[in-house]
Amino acid sequence: MSGVLLYGCCQKTAHYGQTQTSLGFRLQPKIYLLSAANSYRFPHKSSLKNTRALSSITNLKEIKALLSLRNRPFDTSETFSEKSPFWQLNGLSEDDIRSVMSRTVCGKSAFELWGHGTTTDELRMSLLEYPEENMAPYLQQNSTYKINVYTFNKTLVFKDRIKKIDALDFLPFKGTVNLKDPEYIFCLLEDYGSDPNDIPEEPFHIYFGRWIADGQRELIRSYSVKKRHFIGNTSMDAGLSFIMANHAKVKADDLVYDPFVGTGSLLVACSHFGAYVCGTDIDYNTIHGIGKASRKNQKWRGPDENIRANLRQYGTESLYVDVMVSDASKPVWRKNTQFDAIVTDPPYGIRESTRRTGSHKDIIKPPEDFSGESHVPVSMAYHLSDIFADLLNFAAHHLVLGGCLVYWLPIYRPEYCEEMVPLHPCLTLISNCEQTLSSHTSRRLITMEKTKEPEDSDRLVHLADPRFTPYQGHNSFREKYFSGLTKKNGKDAKVTPRNKE
Amino acid sequence: MKLLTHNMLTSHVKGVTKGYPLIIKATEVKVNELEFNSQFVSRMIPKLEWSALIQAAEWLGHSQDLPSTLIPDYENDEEFLRKVHRILLEVEVLEGCLQCPESGREFPISKGVPNMLLNEGE
Repeated sequence: MSGVLLYGCCQKTAHYGQTQTSLGFRLQPKIYLLSAANSYRFPHKSSLKNTRALSSITNLKEIKALLSLRNRPFDTSETFSEKSPFWQLNGLSEDDIRSVMSRTVCGKSAFELWGHGTTTDELRMSLLEYPEENMAPYLQQNSTYKINVYTFNKTLVFKDRIKKIDALDFLPFKGTVNLKDPEYIFCLLEDYGSDPNDIPEEPFHIYFGRWIADGQRELIRSYSVKKRHFIGNTSMDAGLSFIMANHAKVKADDLVYDPFVGTGSLLVACSHFGAYVCGTDIDYNTIHGIGKASRKNQKWRGPDENIRANLRQYGTESLYVDVMVSDASKPVWRKNTQFDAIVTDPPYGIRESTRRTGSHKDIIKPPEDFSGESHVPVSMAYHLSDIFADLLNFAAHHLVLGGCLVYWLPIYRPEYCEEMVPLHPCLTLISNCEQTLSSHTSRRLITMEKTKEPEDSDRLVHLADPRFTPYQGHNSFREKYFSGLTKKNGKDAKVTPRNKE
Repeated sequence: MKLLTHNMLTSHVKGVTKGYPLIIKATEVKVNELEFNSQFVSRMIPKLEWSALIQAAEWLGHSQDLPSTLIPDYENDEEFLRKVHRILLEVEVLEGCLQCPESGREFPISKGVPNMLLNEGE
């Protein structure tokens, strides 16, 4: 499911960006059309076998983040709907669009919009009104071109496609048709709505424009965890990893950190965009790539299964800084260590437990047979509220100003309200995008930007915040997660001491 | 462990107030050849504790490559930037440990990976 991007003349009188004076023309401001599937679905290695659905706002936020990397606004038409597969963007240059498309996973294609309408007659009039001097460079006599027809939510037979192309013969094409390797590609795009059970005879909207670039959905396949050298049970899939990197506005030469790094999916995605990456995890076996394998027909992990090997697989080993065995709740980084972004997927306690080092008892001396390397410290309960409190505090102290924290917040849907999203005086909430996990659970992709340096008073204020109560208690989210499944199956939940609590 | 990482790490042993820089005790060091990136090195230099970097390079026997103080206008001195790149990103401790300068607690490094976990009560 997807659409396309287009660029054309703005109906407003306002002038944006650059204007060219070559050839003696003053060009009209142009509009681009962006296509983003309104409910992109990512496969996920999950015992629940659910296809995880992202909300359309995730697409919107990705495009906004990528535009802000170029300090460009997200300026749309009056008729904009985030659920539409076609978005019109104003006030941008072709370079802006190419830059966005070189990174976006949610956007499918981008076009320079030449005309549009709700009927073929409206489209024709719109195209006839489009300045010919804007078309001219692409319609020269010695140029080659082709015209594609894309339909959203409907399949056309070949004969109908040809008919629609022929109906465009009023446009002054002077070049030669070349289907194999044309200089220019033009597209006719028809929107038949989003309901597959109610497809109309005629499209709701028709667009025509010059193709500029495709998005980076191919990354989902080429970086698929199915073919990745080193994976774990909770490895983030490639599509989500790239979306997180885009939300974090990771760019070349950034230093990016993942405090719950696992097998490094997020580091892989960030390094693709040229960032230097490092991470920590409390699990010795995961960091060293030893122990039982997650793949089906493999019992033990191989000799060279680790995060560094994953970066090597994708040609970004030169961007690998380090990974370490470490407790995310402990201050291992010196005071003014600063990262450009923190991108992470903290444990929710469903398939992996929430842990940190320590014990309920106060043991002063380590065991006598302590050998340092092999000994793994006893883990203790680590409340989800503490994880998020520590994470936000860490980000406030260790992000550069303007740097982003991007993380997943697990949600029990019946209880969710916006006030549950943890806040910090130094971090501004930029976006909150839901991914449904089951009928009663989801997780929210939270993006926050550091907007002020921390003072001593800020830490105390924030720790007293009652927003964290839904996450109190060890494995609180896990219990709710499985409680819903039991109800769904229609069986009576067994009464155990834990349930009684 | 690269020296860029070492420059950012500190001891978090309970009660320690002067846990930086960690003392490097290396039994195996490797020098890789990595793509030079002047922009990244230039961005990192102001964020470094320079004296700690010098000290770390000395512990590993690579101090001859680095001046004891930052030179002015380093962004435009490619030769200097390449030396810093080598020390920061190419020299790597594969085996050994990091020692807290105050408490003496050792954090082992194996296969290039530091283990910063402490036991209960430490």
